[in-house]
Amino acid sequence: MKIIYNNVDFYYGNNHALKSVNLNIEENKITALIGPSGCGKSTFIRTLNRMYEHIPKTKITGEILLDNENILTDAYDLAELRKKVGMVFQKPNPFPKSIYDNVIYGPKKHGLKNKDALDSLVEKSLRKSALWNEVKDKLNKSALELSGGQQQRLCIARCLAVEPEVLLMDEPTSALDPQSTLKIEELFQTLKESYSLVIVTHSMQQAARVSDQTAFFLNGEIIETGTTDDIFTNPKDQRTNDYITGRFS
Amino acid sequence: MNKKLIRRRRLKNALFQGVLISIIVFSIIMLLLLLYQVFKVGFSHLSLSFITSMPSRFADRAGIASALAGSIWTISLTILFAIPLGVGTALYLEEYANKQSWWTKILELNISNLAGVPAIVYGMLGLAVFVRFLNFQRSILSGALTLALLILPVIIVSSQEALKSVPSTLKEGSYALGVSKWQTITGVILPFSIPGILTGSILAVSRAMGEAAPLIMIGAAGYIGFMPKSPLDSFTVLPIQIFNWTSRPQAEFQDIAAAGIIVLLVLLLSMNAIAIVLRNKYQNRMD
Repeated sequence: MKIIYNNVDFYYGNNHALKSVNLNIEENKITALIGPSGCGKSTFIRTLNRMYEHIPKTKITGEILLDNENILTDAYDLAELRKKVGMVFQKPNPFPKSIYDNVIYGPKKHGLKNKDALDSLVEKSLRKSALWNEVKDKLNKSALELSGGQQQRLCIARCLAVEPEVLLMDEPTSALDPQSTLKIEELFQTLKESYSLVIVTHSMQQAARVSDQTAFFLNGEIIETGTTDDIFTNPKDQRTNDYITGRFS
Repeated sequence: MNKKLIRRRRLKNALFQGVLISIIVFSIIMLLLLLYQVFKVGFSHLSLSFITSMPSRFADRAGIASALAGSIWTISLTILFAIPLGVGTALYLEEYANKQSWWTKILELNISNLAGVPAIVYGMLGLAVFVRFLNFQRSILSGALTLALLILPVIIVSSQEALKSVPSTLKEGSYALGVSKWQTITGVILPFSIPGILTGSILAVSRAMGEAAPLIMIGAAGYIGFMPKSPLDSFTVLPIQIFNWTSRPQAEFQDIAAAGIIVLLVLLLSMNAIAIVLRNKYQNRMD
C-alpha cells in the first residue's frame, strides 16, 4: 500500500469535517473520491499534503502512512512531503510567468541551478503531461496565453517537475470543456504507470471512466470503498446506491 | 406612462453625466490656470545659472542649487528608509501575522489612523526623537527619517492592498510544490504585487517631496550657502526655499519662487516617470 489512513479525524474549528477515516490507496492506481458537495472529499486530499496547515484553527488526529511513515508528525518535513505528493487544483493556476519558468519554479526553489538539467527537466515534464508538442516553440511565452486545458496540463507538468510519487487532483477538469477533459483523462492513464493518483471528482461518469478504486464520502465519513467496478455495479450500501443512481446529489 | 419613465431616466442619465464632466473640466481648468501662472512668471527666470547658483540676497543672482541638492538627498534617504520598512511591515501583516488576534487588529487600525495625522505633528516627533534624543542635529538624516515616518503608513496600507490582490490560488500552487513561505513571497507574491506596491509608494514619496512643514519644524534652514555633502549636513529643500522666497517683500523674489516651483514640478514629474516605467516593466513581465 502506498498510503494508509488510520482513524483520521479532521476539524475546522468545531466543524468535524472527517470522521475516523480509514482508507488504503494503492500504488500505480487511480483512486477516485466521489460524494456530494461538502462531504469532505476535498478536505481529505488536503490532509495528504498537509495543505490544511495554511488555514487557521484546524486540527487533525490519527495517522496517515506514506510508504509506512506517518506524515502527520512534526518530524516529517513539509517540503519533503509536498515534493513527494504533488497537487493539481480545480481551477488552472499557472503563475503569471513564462511556460518555461512555470515548469522550473519548483525545482529551482528546491535548489536546482544547472541550466542543462533545467532544460531537460522542462522537456521531460511537458512530454509527460502531453503538452510538449503544443508549446515547444513558445516556451518563453506567458503561460496565461494558453487555453484552459493547456494551462491545466501545464500545472500538471509543474507538479511532475519536482518528481513526486503521488498526484492529488481536486476536480481537475471541472473548469474545462469536454475536449480538454478528455485529453486530461487520457493523460491520467499514462501517468498512473509511474504515479499513484488520487482524484476528487463531481462527475460519476468520470470516476467510472478513469479510476481503478473508488471511495464514496458522505458527511465526512467514508461509506464504502472498493474497486470502481464493484462500487458502480454492485454497491453494498444503500446510500452509495442512491448516490450513484442520482437519487441525491 | 412607460415612455415618460424612459424619458425621465434618460434625462437623469444625461444630467449626471453632464455634472461629472463639468467637475472634471473645472479641475483641469484650475490646474491649467495654476500652471499658466507659474510658467508665465517663472519661465523667464529659468536658466542654467539658476539651477547651479546658491541662494543670494540679490534676486538676480539667487539660485536653487543647494535646495535642489537638499531635496534630492532627503528624498533618496527617505525612499531608502520608508520603502523597505513599509513593504516589510505590509508583508508581515498580510502573510505572517495572525489576522484574528486583537494585537494585529489594533496594529492595523493604528496604522490607518497614523496616515491621517497632520504632517506638522510628525515634525514635532522628528524634532524630539531624531534631532534631540538621537542627536542627529538639524541634518538631512533627521529630515529624511521624519519624512519616512510621515509616509510610512501610506506605503504600508497601499502595499497591503497590493498584497491582498494576489490570488490565493497562486499561493496555494506554490505551497503545494513544497516551496517555503519566504520563497513563495519572493517567487510569486512580490512579483505579482510589485506594480501595486510601486504605485502606492510613488504617491507617498511625491507627497514627501512637496512637504515643507515637518522639515521647518525639525529646523531645516531657510538659507544654505553650500552644497550638502553628507547626511549629517544641515540642509534646505525646494519647498522651504520657495516658501522663503515668496515671503519676501521684493517682487523679484516672488518671480524666482515661480521658477523654483517649475524645478520642483520637473523633479516630481521625472520621479513619477521613472516609477511608471519601472511599474510597466514589471507589469509586462507578468502579463
